[in-house]
Amino acid sequence: MADPVLEIRELRKSFGALKATDGVNLDLVPGEIHALIGPNGAGKSTLIHLISGSLAPDHGTIRFLGKDMNGLNMAARARLGLARSFQTSSLAQEFSALRNVMLAIQARQGSSLRFFRPVMRDRSLIEPSMEMLEKVDLADRAHVPAAELSHGERRQLEIAIALALGPKAFLLDEPMAGMGPEGTRSLTEFLDGLRKEAPILLVEHDMDAVFALADRISVLVYGRVIASGKVDEIRNHPEVRRAYLGESQ
Amino acid sequence: MRPALSREATVNAVLALLLLAIPLAASAAGQTFYVTLATRIALLALAAVGLNIALGLGGLVSFGHAAFFGLGGYAAGIMATHAFNSEPLLFGLEASTSMPVIWLVAALACGVAALPIGAVSLRTTGVYFIMITLAFAQMIYYFAISWPAYGGEDGLPIYVRNSFPGINTATPLSYFLLCYGMLILGLVLFRFLRDSRFGAALQAARQNATRLSAVGIAPFQIRLVAFVISAMITGVAGALLADLNRFVSPSMLSWHMSGELIVLIILGGKGRLFGPVAGAMLYVLFEYALGSYTERWQLFLGLILLGVVLFARGGLLGLIAGRERHG
Repeated sequence: MADPVLEIRELRKSFGALKATDGVNLDLVPGEIHALIGPNGAGKSTLIHLISGSLAPDHGTIRFLGKDMNGLNMAARARLGLARSFQTSSLAQEFSALRNVMLAIQARQGSSLRFFRPVMRDRSLIEPSMEMLEKVDLADRAHVPAAELSHGERRQLEIAIALALGPKAFLLDEPMAGMGPEGTRSLTEFLDGLRKEAPILLVEHDMDAVFALADRISVLVYGRVIASGKVDEIRNHPEVRRAYLGESQ
Repeated sequence: MRPALSREATVNAVLALLLLAIPLAASAAGQTFYVTLATRIALLALAAVGLNIALGLGGLVSFGHAAFFGLGGYAAGIMATHAFNSEPLLFGLEASTSMPVIWLVAALACGVAALPIGAVSLRTTGVYFIMITLAFAQMIYYFAISWPAYGGEDGLPIYVRNSFPGINTATPLSYFLLCYGMLILGLVLFRFLRDSRFGAALQAARQNATRLSAVGIAPFQIRLVAFVISAMITGVAGALLADLNRFVSPSMLSWHMSGELIVLIILGGKGRLFGPVAGAMLYVLFEYALGSYTERWQLFLGLILLGVVLFARGGLLGLIAGRERHG
């Protein structure tokens, strides 16, 4: 296997007596979609927060492209090339879809301490941003404020922003949440192609999507990875069936 | 261009022309009182344009901007006093009565003060940010009161209004025009800032700081720069107001002043280019019109503010020009 892009070792995080992350080891290698599944309260969101930098771990290391990310804040991790989408859409609500993507392009181009040139006349921002919106099929909604987009459109916009960062890895937190069957199908297709750009750590509840997309699956229960492997191994893993797929013995 | 935009541009132009025409007419009719009133409007508006960068664009409710307003005022007062008495400033530097120099000193002093104040305050958000900025401003206020060298509680008179090359600042109309010019300059600066990459990041920090972090821009740095620029503009306005009144006192540093600047912005429309101008016009108009009937004019101002907050969140500009659109 190629060198992992993301390497998580012995990661621990407790909230009081609750061990939300309890000695997690996880890898993400180039070209793969690694799905992270687990029942509600398994600690998936905590793990995402730890990786993206909105929470600090109690113990353990997260290496990204061989670099220890301990002590880096969320913005610094994003600049290294870790693109994150949110479980509930997190957008600049008053800005149009286009301006939301432009923010990512702007960040990627370097310093934001530029005070004079108007962004809306800056083709080096607008053109690549429109391109990203076209990729997620949102170009005709470019000038609609994020607050007025439909739920599905906001999910697409999240992906476009992540894409605009030109990342080295994607961290997608339930990208299908709340989408209809049609939207889920087209997004599944889209993510399938996305792995060529950068590997994806995918947290998702939609099992059809997970089984269709994932190269590997890790199962998180009570903050521990109880199983990790190829799709078929996981599907037939007795402990997984008991803990997660809700099968009684 | 969308109609809402050009409508706002029309409203802005009308406000700008109105503020210019009234003192011109008043001056022609020999009513210099109204010229002074208009100068006060222009300077309060300029101070609020500064605050509008932090509050309107960045969502940073600074309840301590009087500190910068007053600091600018004291910069003008102290320079004038030293020059008047032919005493050198610190390190043997000569004091100047030239306004461009004074403004530069005012802006730098405010920048230097705003950097640590912002760096500490911006580690908090919401109500804590409001309280910390207030606390810093009060510290400077009490410092000014207790420092007898520059008048202490009694304030500091400026015996001769400071000068500007090529302009007789002693005539009310020419001083108004100078202040008006500075207001327009402040508005142009605000506009560039708002539409730039920096402005995009700053407004995104207000709308959703997590989103900004997630694309790799740290909100703290952006907010700190905004806070410093904001303080510097408010400081220059303070220097100009001290010269208008030929007097500066600790009341310019008091929390009432900070509140007044916030009220101006809320009345006019926060984050809007001409919000501070509309707000200052309305405020001074009330102060003058209602103030001549009753000492309790602020009671009515309070009622109007209540109305704006409850029914017209966008302030006067929101009411006339509609909601703001971002590309």
